[in-house]
Amino acid sequence: MSFYSSLSIRQKQTFWAWTFLAIPVLFYTVIRFYPTASAFVISFQNWNLLGDRTWAGLDNYAKLVADPVFWKVFVNTFLYLIIGTPVSLLLSFVIAYHLDQVRFAHGFLRMLYFLPFMTSAVAMAWVWRWFYQPVPTGLFNNLLAQVGIPQIPFLNSTTNALPSVLAPAIWAGLGFQIIIFMAGLRAIPQSYYEAARIDGVHWTTVLWEITLPLLRPTIVFITVFSSIGFLRIFDMVYNMTTTNPGGPLNATKPLVLLIYDTAFHSFDMGYAAAQTVVLFVILLVISLVQLRLLRDRP
Amino acid sequence: MLTKLKLTAMAAVLGSSALFASAASAVEIEYWQYYFDARVKAMETLIANFEAANPDITVKMTHFPYADYRTKVAAAIPAGEGPDVVQLFYGWLNDYIAADLIQPLPEGDFPAATVDAEFFPMVQAMKRDGNYYALPTAVRSLALFYNERLFDAAGIDAPPSTLDEMIEIAGKLTQRDGAGNITTVGMTTGMTAQDHHWLREVLIRQFGGEPYLNDYTQVNYNTEAGLKALKFYTDLEQVHGVTASSFMDEPQAAFKAGRAGMHIDGSFRIGSLNGVRGLKWGVTELPAGPDGTRSNYSSYWVNAITTKAQDEKYEAAVKFMQYVTSDEAMQIWLDTVGELPAKPSVGMTEQNANDPVFGPFIRGLAYANTTKFANESAQRQVFVDAVAKIDIEGADPAAALAEAAEAEQKILDEYYAK
Repeated sequence: MSFYSSLSIRQKQTFWAWTFLAIPVLFYTVIRFYPTASAFVISFQNWNLLGDRTWAGLDNYAKLVADPVFWKVFVNTFLYLIIGTPVSLLLSFVIAYHLDQVRFAHGFLRMLYFLPFMTSAVAMAWVWRWFYQPVPTGLFNNLLAQVGIPQIPFLNSTTNALPSVLAPAIWAGLGFQIIIFMAGLRAIPQSYYEAARIDGVHWTTVLWEITLPLLRPTIVFITVFSSIGFLRIFDMVYNMTTTNPGGPLNATKPLVLLIYDTAFHSFDMGYAAAQTVVLFVILLVISLVQLRLLRDRP
Repeated sequence: MLTKLKLTAMAAVLGSSALFASAASAVEIEYWQYYFDARVKAMETLIANFEAANPDITVKMTHFPYADYRTKVAAAIPAGEGPDVVQLFYGWLNDYIAADLIQPLPEGDFPAATVDAEFFPMVQAMKRDGNYYALPTAVRSLALFYNERLFDAAGIDAPPSTLDEMIEIAGKLTQRDGAGNITTVGMTTGMTAQDHHWLREVLIRQFGGEPYLNDYTQVNYNTEAGLKALKFYTDLEQVHGVTASSFMDEPQAAFKAGRAGMHIDGSFRIGSLNGVRGLKWGVTELPAGPDGTRSNYSSYWVNAITTKAQDEKYEAAVKFMQYVTSDEAMQIWLDTVGELPAKPSVGMTEQNANDPVFGPFIRGLAYANTTKFANESAQRQVFVDAVAKIDIEGADPAAALAEAAEAEQKILDEYYAK
């Protein structure tokens, strides 16, 4: 007690600040940093969850490089990113740009676009999974059948499956991106647009010279955010292909699903940890590149 | 304020120590299983009966979701916590022994020769160096479910007993719309459900093959028999047109919806089919092969005594194991869960073997084989991929089969090299 009362006000403030900070610091150390560090250690070991861990050196990484499934999954993961991010960015911008100019039922329309973002990903994945079924259950194929177009194997195909899984994933994230874009659009000072109108500038010039450059921070934020989302895609894929996760023939399997499979179906924790380290490195590199882009503001 | 708190704390301590004192006079053993409503209920009945017969022993059951099961068992036992008697999947036995989680059953109480004679033969997979490590209460097998309404509508009076009859009947049951799209399948197919067991342990044997050699360490289906079996399976869709793989997403869903004439599935499906409105179904043994060969696939969960159980707890655990593998326990399990008795003495009774629902499954046990999986999900995936290559990519069945054999051998080699 006497020790505490001998402290200065500033020291007391520091004391209390650390007291309150202790909980999140402890939380992060125990729940985040410790497991991350042990994942790195396990990636150099063999462990089936039951027996002792034995050192494996670089075996798990060597296995990774030689595993054709890993490379297939690696390509898939980047396909989700390379198709998903630009498409969702473009769609959400176009919708936000036009929604911004709509006055009639504006709030209601915005709500409709935001609704999928609040829906459970699992429920959404299953509804889309059924949409994609062949006749007699699938909505899309029933529509096609009615107009006499042959069935399309949406999910049961090595070429169509990945875009089919990606479509609802893009749709699900759209609402959030639209809201962010609209906030960005609203933040652009009206005076620029007024000046452009007085000068009689064409709308495309307004778009290219005023709107897009001033939206740059918003665009960078959404790119970073959705890139990380697509690199970690799991729930959509897993739920739409539960009977053959990531199939057919690994056509839709992303890295996170491979990790899950290796860890909790094959119980090969060392190999799963090595895959996790690779995912960590990919996410780190991409985030660093994008942070650099953020810093290079004009 | 402070005194009140102190009092409460003291009361709590006293109360709990009183609780422990009363429990300490008897032996308490712990039993762990994964959560499945009917199994938990059945075990509660077994425990109540066991405690009534052994008043000095109490059994505490703990159950948790299947997803956490393996991790929790692995963490608890080495720490001296957790179960004295534990439930595990038969395919995990090697891992549990290697990790020193379970101990062999005492030869005095469970003589290997007696177990060999009393249990269905596939249980012998639980024996290592002449000692049994674990025993099941119940087992599961496959059979052919059929939709009686569709059979009546097509004028078919009996379910098929051979593969040829099955194709013929399936042809009569298949319905298509004007565009030629299947709207009702004659029979379901789907490698991701039970069909990989049917192909692996049943069809390959029926076409004259032996799927594995050397106690399931060596793949042996890349043969003429294996190819015939695989072709038979893929021809159902490609040549006979009586099925569509993943029709209505999942085979059991198509059967439940009344859109499938026949469906091969395990005994665990009985419960979920029982309450389906408007579905009238029957069940029959898996069809016999071209030369009359019958085969089946059986899997099971077993109970074992953990290395944690010592001294009086070990004695109690042995008694408990004896009870849960008794005839009485098996009958209770069949009545409550619908899983089949592991001993012919219970299964092959007049009443059970001729039961219209359980009968075909129980009769199937007599000729069932149990695959010793090194990694069931990976080995299943090999079969799933082989059929997908043929169906989706139009691969040559012989090439797909060779690739599958090679991939599965790699999984086995990796596992047994450890």
